[in-house]
Amino acid sequence: MKVPLSWLREYVDIDLPPRELAHRLTMSGTEVGGMTVVGGSWDNVCVGLVVSVDPHPNADRLRLATVSLGNEELTVVCGAPNVAPGQRVPFARVGARLIDGHTGQMETLKAARIRGVESAGMVCSEKELGLGDDHTGIVVLPEDAPVGKLLSEYLGDVVFDLEVTPNRPDCLSVLGIAREVAALTGKELREPDLSYPEEGDPIEGMVRVEIADPRLCPRYTAAIVQGVAVGPSPRWMQERLLRAGQRPINNVVDVTNYVLLEYGQPLHAFDYRTLREGRIIVRPAREQEPFVTLDGVERTLRPPMLVIADGRRSVALAGIMGGLNTEMTDSTTTVLLESANFDPVNTRRTSKALALRSESSSRFDKGLQPELAAIALRRATQLVLQLAGGKACKGTIDVYPQPRERPVIPFTLARLKKVLGIELPPERVQGVFLSLGFSSSREGGNALKVTVPYWRSDISQEDDLVEEIARVIGYDQIPTTMLSTPVPHHQPQPERELRERAKDILVACGMQEVISYSLTALAALEKTQSVEGGVQPLRVANPMSGEQEYLRTSLRSSILSTLAANQRHSREGLRLFEMGRVYLPRPADLPLERPTLVGVMAGPRWPEGWLGSGETLGFFDAKGVLETFLGHLHLQCTFEPADDPLFLPGRCARIAVGATAVGIMGELHTRLLEQFQIDTSPVALFEVDMAALLEVLTTGPRQYRPIPRYPGAYRDLALVLNRDVPAARVQEVVERHPLVARAVLFDVYEGEGIPSGKRSLAYRVLFQLPDRTLAGEEVSQAQGEIIAALEREVGASLRS
Amino acid sequence: MTVDPLIRSLEELQARALQELSASPSADSVERWRVAYLGRKGHLTLVLRGLGSLAPEERRAVGAAANRVKALLEESLARAEEAIKSAELHALAEQGRLDVTLPGRPVPLGRLHPTTQIVREICAAFVSMGFQVVEGPEVEWDRYNFEMLNIPKDHPARDMWDTFWIDRVDEHGERPMLLRTHTSPMQIRIMESTRPPVRVVVPGKCYRYEATDATHESQFYQVEGLAVDDGITFADMKGTLYEFARLLFGSERRVRFRCDYFPFVEPGAEMSIDCFACNGQGCRICKGTGWIEIMGAGMVNPRVLEGVGYDSSKYTGFAFGLGPERIAMLKHGIDDIRLFYSNDLRFLGQF
Repeated sequence: MKVPLSWLREYVDIDLPPRELAHRLTMSGTEVGGMTVVGGSWDNVCVGLVVSVDPHPNADRLRLATVSLGNEELTVVCGAPNVAPGQRVPFARVGARLIDGHTGQMETLKAARIRGVESAGMVCSEKELGLGDDHTGIVVLPEDAPVGKLLSEYLGDVVFDLEVTPNRPDCLSVLGIAREVAALTGKELREPDLSYPEEGDPIEGMVRVEIADPRLCPRYTAAIVQGVAVGPSPRWMQERLLRAGQRPINNVVDVTNYVLLEYGQPLHAFDYRTLREGRIIVRPAREQEPFVTLDGVERTLRPPMLVIADGRRSVALAGIMGGLNTEMTDSTTTVLLESANFDPVNTRRTSKALALRSESSSRFDKGLQPELAAIALRRATQLVLQLAGGKACKGTIDVYPQPRERPVIPFTLARLKKVLGIELPPERVQGVFLSLGFSSSREGGNALKVTVPYWRSDISQEDDLVEEIARVIGYDQIPTTMLSTPVPHHQPQPERELRERAKDILVACGMQEVISYSLTALAALEKTQSVEGGVQPLRVANPMSGEQEYLRTSLRSSILSTLAANQRHSREGLRLFEMGRVYLPRPADLPLERPTLVGVMAGPRWPEGWLGSGETLGFFDAKGVLETFLGHLHLQCTFEPADDPLFLPGRCARIAVGATAVGIMGELHTRLLEQFQIDTSPVALFEVDMAALLEVLTTGPRQYRPIPRYPGAYRDLALVLNRDVPAARVQEVVERHPLVARAVLFDVYEGEGIPSGKRSLAYRVLFQLPDRTLAGEEVSQAQGEIIAALEREVGASLRS
Repeated sequence: MTVDPLIRSLEELQARALQELSASPSADSVERWRVAYLGRKGHLTLVLRGLGSLAPEERRAVGAAANRVKALLEESLARAEEAIKSAELHALAEQGRLDVTLPGRPVPLGRLHPTTQIVREICAAFVSMGFQVVEGPEVEWDRYNFEMLNIPKDHPARDMWDTFWIDRVDEHGERPMLLRTHTSPMQIRIMESTRPPVRVVVPGKCYRYEATDATHESQFYQVEGLAVDDGITFADMKGTLYEFARLLFGSERRVRFRCDYFPFVEPGAEMSIDCFACNGQGCRICKGTGWIEIMGAGMVNPRVLEGVGYDSSKYTGFAFGLGPERIAMLKHGIDDIRLFYSNDLRFLGQF
């Protein structure tokens, strides 16, 4: 909402500098988002009186204008066709900063000889002053313009660009802002006088109005002015509209726009002659009803969209836009002015359904009060008479089946103290209410009854009044205290704590955290086999793009896309992880949002460097991180060979803790990498279900185990066995022996000296007991038992 | 007397020995010297053996002299050996000189996403004031995201939150599910499940159906806060949020509260801090105003309290919401919010 201060001053005295006023409005809830100074650059421009106009001795198209500035007369060369003696004009002295009419650039006016004649300044066009686009002639000022006065003092202005919150449609008007300014600065508000003579025919005989559904149109008022002369509005009106961001059209339409801006009440002007049968019917549209709005677009309406109809057809889309069929033209002589009240919800729905928003709909849809309609109608009628002449019909139409009562809200100073934490004397509180147009009466003690003024639609409960007090006295007047109420009991959040801990461990393992979009393309999910069992991922009904249409059911495709994108500018090894949610649809309920961890590793193991080797990250790097990660959480995990088409055959493992599956990992299949345009290989990926991990996480404090006090004995065990026996199986057999503290696999060998199809695994085994030193024979015996068990269970023999 | 020539020859022996020792450069030559003089068949040993043929008087005089020579030679030997060992170690160490300016052996370096970092920082500030961190669903019911927050269907304030709707229709033909547009629905969920006192912060992802540009993302984080109890006032809200601003931006920061509108609070407020780039003088970062908007806040609307079954005449409270990315952008001078979720490591690696 653009509000010129010159217009605002019509209703309230302003003695604050504009910047200070803007600050007060902003602090009290009406944010001044921008401030434009009109005439801020008019330092050397003043009002001049054209004394005489003479021909230029050397040029037919140019003339010499002599302009009086009161105490001096200057002669300038002028090319404007409309310059004439007796005009008051903006006159720029040498040194003035003006916009060049041709280039649009700001230039400083210099003294010049034009075709041999000295020119001591310039008479300016709209464009040169930055007032408008017109450069066809000079600006002619009103006859009462004070000669010699600086133009900035006469015509200059400051326009506030206000960001009005949706609860305050009353502030979408100059008068509404004036009310705020009056309350904030302690000034009186001057409301327009609404009187006008009613000298035309009685309105009753000219039009009948029916409201089909008063819920959709609580009030309809109308007036008629006969014998108007449609033409351009006077300069003051045009200027106000332009500064407020409205294009002037003609005097009658301008009046409706002016009153819309002044009072915040949308109005519509019909050409009375085009209304059939002298009837106005406010009714829901018919099913599939075609209607051409003023903008020339044919729209298809349906109930309960509300239309204004005459005896035969629809003539306006109620509260949104008029119809082309009853548009005002230059030959209109009788005008019917409509000022009505329409239901906000229906207006909003209609406007959304038709994708048609207007200054009118954006006010009605916030809820205007029916009282406003009649007031704005009088103002508009008065202005039409003033600007377009004619005679106002006697009386007005006012269909208002159920007049609204103004809300009266009980208010106590105790509530004010409870909510704000301050105490104010009742006189001060009543003073604030009065300044905002609320009337209040003392109900004994500290209780008040507060009546809400007709223009406020946002006040319906006691705390709404508390806010009125707070914002007028200023939020900075409320003290600053610390919470003194009890701190609630701690509620553990184990899942969140696990996730945050996991992120820290992974970062310590050298992995970079990424966060990607939850919405993705279906194709991306399908590529990574993330659409399970034919359950369609949740789709957004109004996606921004096909790339962000479905809620992801896995994090795989996001992290692979991230890997691919980063590989485009980096040849370094990449270790990435994301801790995010997957969204698993459930019938008739919100989706299950399962916390999931995904990680990828690819590229050189070490950055290029003088110590570097050519090793690449792969399966065992990812597994190492997982082992560290799970080890950090004191979880014993197992990796079982698995087959999954996403991974290379034989390079995939299911991760389990005890009997609980917690994830999957492996090197990704080349086919998948191609689909993501990843050209390095291998790419190791792991995925962990954090919810499952939480279930197996041991809670409670770790129990201390005494540090072994008796020395252990190490023995090496080099075995030969079938290649396909998993190392984990061998390890299990070795570590099962009661004397074994642990075994470390220190060598894996295949090749010369080992039969084909076999491999050698070598373990360093620590034999140790907590309560005594083992004798050598005991160790040898145990070693023998282990070898026997290995032979029996996994077909291993000692390597000779 | 025959002792004089003997003593003289001992003196000569000593002089010769010391001279030879000083000319012995290596461990080997020193060892040869030791054998030659102090060994079992060495010169001095021989002298000492020859003492037996002397009279006791002479033996005592010559013996004392010989022992002095021996002690001196042994001491010199020890010194020479020590010097050689030290020289050898030094030479060895010299060979081991490193170019300490060469790069170290790399250890992979990972970092937390800047959003994680700032969310943790924000939450920690509130945790220090007795708030607890909880989380909630990102896919929400219209009821929680709007209706119970005093934003009924067709309310004009809904325009403040452009919404992604889930493509599912209920029996009334309405779309009841959406991607939450703010973390505020958690206010309702928390109050529905607990009784006062309530003091929580809720970090999490939110979504808005809006075109992206340098300051708008369709996906972003929010941190919501809620404190409800008997006796919490607007003044407490100001104090709590002021303390937060000091914790996050430094103790010299000033804050400003102005009236603003959110349907679920009344009175509503917006908090700004004085611009840390220009100290409130007005600059590019604060758009010349000297103030930077940090969050929306307000006293929980009694309608919201009543909606969850709280007695609004007894309980009051405040709620607030802020955007971590915006805070991170301010702190780090990041000029484009889209950098956060494009996951370019050249960006992420900087934090």
